[in-house]
Amino acid sequence: MTGPLRIGFIPLVDAAALIVAVDKGFAAAEGLEVELVREVSWSNVRDKLNIGLFDAAHLLAPVAIASSLGLGHVKVPIAAPFNLGINGNAITVSPALHAALMEEIDGDRFDPLATARALAKVVASRRKLGAEPLTFGMTFPFSTHNYQLRFWMAAAGVDPDEDVRLVVLPPPYMVDSLRSGHVDAFCVGAPWNSIAVDLGVGHILHFVSDILARAAEKVLAVRQVWADKNPDVVAALVRAAVRAAEFIESPENLSEAAQILAQPERLGVDAEVIQRSLTGRLKISPEGTVRESGRYLLVGREGAGRPDPVQAAWLYAQMVRWGQTALSTEALKTAMAVFRPDLYDAALGHSGEGQASAPVGAFAGPAFDPEDIAGYLTSFAVSRRAP
Amino acid sequence: MSADQSPKIVIVDESPVRAAILEEGLREAGFTEVVHIREMQSLLARIYAVDPDIILIDLENPSRDVLEAMFQVSRAVKRPIAMFVDQSDSASIQASVEAGVSAYIVDGLKKERIKPILDLCVSRFNAFAKLQEELERTKSQLEDRKIIEKAKGILMKIKGLTEDEAYVLLRSTAMREKKKIGEIAQSIITASEMLK
Repeated sequence: MTGPLRIGFIPLVDAAALIVAVDKGFAAAEGLEVELVREVSWSNVRDKLNIGLFDAAHLLAPVAIASSLGLGHVKVPIAAPFNLGINGNAITVSPALHAALMEEIDGDRFDPLATARALAKVVASRRKLGAEPLTFGMTFPFSTHNYQLRFWMAAAGVDPDEDVRLVVLPPPYMVDSLRSGHVDAFCVGAPWNSIAVDLGVGHILHFVSDILARAAEKVLAVRQVWADKNPDVVAALVRAAVRAAEFIESPENLSEAAQILAQPERLGVDAEVIQRSLTGRLKISPEGTVRESGRYLLVGREGAGRPDPVQAAWLYAQMVRWGQTALSTEALKTAMAVFRPDLYDAALGHSGEGQASAPVGAFAGPAFDPEDIAGYLTSFAVSRRAP
Repeated sequence: MSADQSPKIVIVDESPVRAAILEEGLREAGFTEVVHIREMQSLLARIYAVDPDIILIDLENPSRDVLEAMFQVSRAVKRPIAMFVDQSDSASIQASVEAGVSAYIVDGLKKERIKPILDLCVSRFNAFAKLQEELERTKSQLEDRKIIEKAKGILMKIKGLTEDEAYVLLRSTAMREKKKIGEIAQSIITASEMLK
């Protein structure tokens, strides 16, 4: 290796383990010199990783899979030896849509089935009035945000392609777009939901952990050929990230971790807002209602750092469900092979034996079985699956 | 679009100067149908309204992710749009990413027709970057000059030096400490403010 490792990231709280690994010296302790490069779009991160301008990157888990399958872009096999975050997104809606949903809701307002049914009613009455369809912002076609929004609304029969509009918006534009009425709602990671609430332009309707108990969000991604060539560097990176995740998850370090992330060249937002996402205690309404969840964002705890191929299979199943690709055994195998628990275990000197997958735990549909994706998908009424 | 017609090109760039440089280059090369979009709100709607054959976007633009949505199945898209760069073209993608520009094309446009456009893009983007670098350098030189003037003033007042003597002292200190003269001047200003 010559020169420092160049690692790309998008300024989001779930880049925490990577940023803290570098800025708190865990990477240096592993003998790694790292230059973190802040990026403005997932397309840039993907392309710069693909062509080798980055050695590693903070990447949307579905982009790592899409890149390995050659979906939407050049095919470059990716390896993910560390999972940077589980969950961490939220769905935020405008005050007007929030009021309309609460008007229609029948049941617990934190029950995603109840809110999805309320959404179905709002969609129907808007159609009757001849109003424009509701617009939902998400971050990328191959993103957990896209699949989480779709999964949620489709459970109550709202067709994400027919009944509403789903548009891609860069995270920094989400809040402005909600304020200007360009979108009625969005699904995005921290800190953008909290910022919308603080500015009084949004209500956090759901943490994604309401929709899925456990959803792989971002991964530490490297090119597979690079991983093959640099096994020691990969192992050192994994160890540094594991130490950083442990650091972040210790309550006594929370405020220091938030300070590190808040730096202008990292996330560049208020440390207090970042800390809310790390603790899972979020203000969800402009009036100041606070909601707490132990599952809001998992950085390392409950085995979050160990990549789980079943999670990759679930994401691949969403690509199939929404017509981004056709179902094939070969592609499923490729998708699952992107998540590398073996590299994680090797880095830590674990055997990996007895490590069972934790269930995805979705609020709707049958339990997910990677062995039978076709069967799993037939249980969903709303689907864009290619015939 | 028939074979001899000029393809319709959209430039998505928030920098009006860079877009103008690129547009001029394209026109000189005979590409007459060029539209510049600066406003990122409703970007896709604007692009659909122009109905371009090629879209060029700068990599500093977060809205690049918005363009990626065009490849997805959607009723709004009349024609499928594919990335310019295919598997065989890694040199082109490397050059364009390094220059800071990305190109998207409508499926079906011949590669021979796109290559010169992308090459032109890369060279114009590089030219712009150089221009900006020079501008930055000039700016910082000007800034340095101001700081040096101020530091000279302080030295003259405190140590009773002439202007020339003050400058010589600054320069010799900079050489001895292997620092830029601007840095030494800045530390004098900082120190004098602290001692006020």
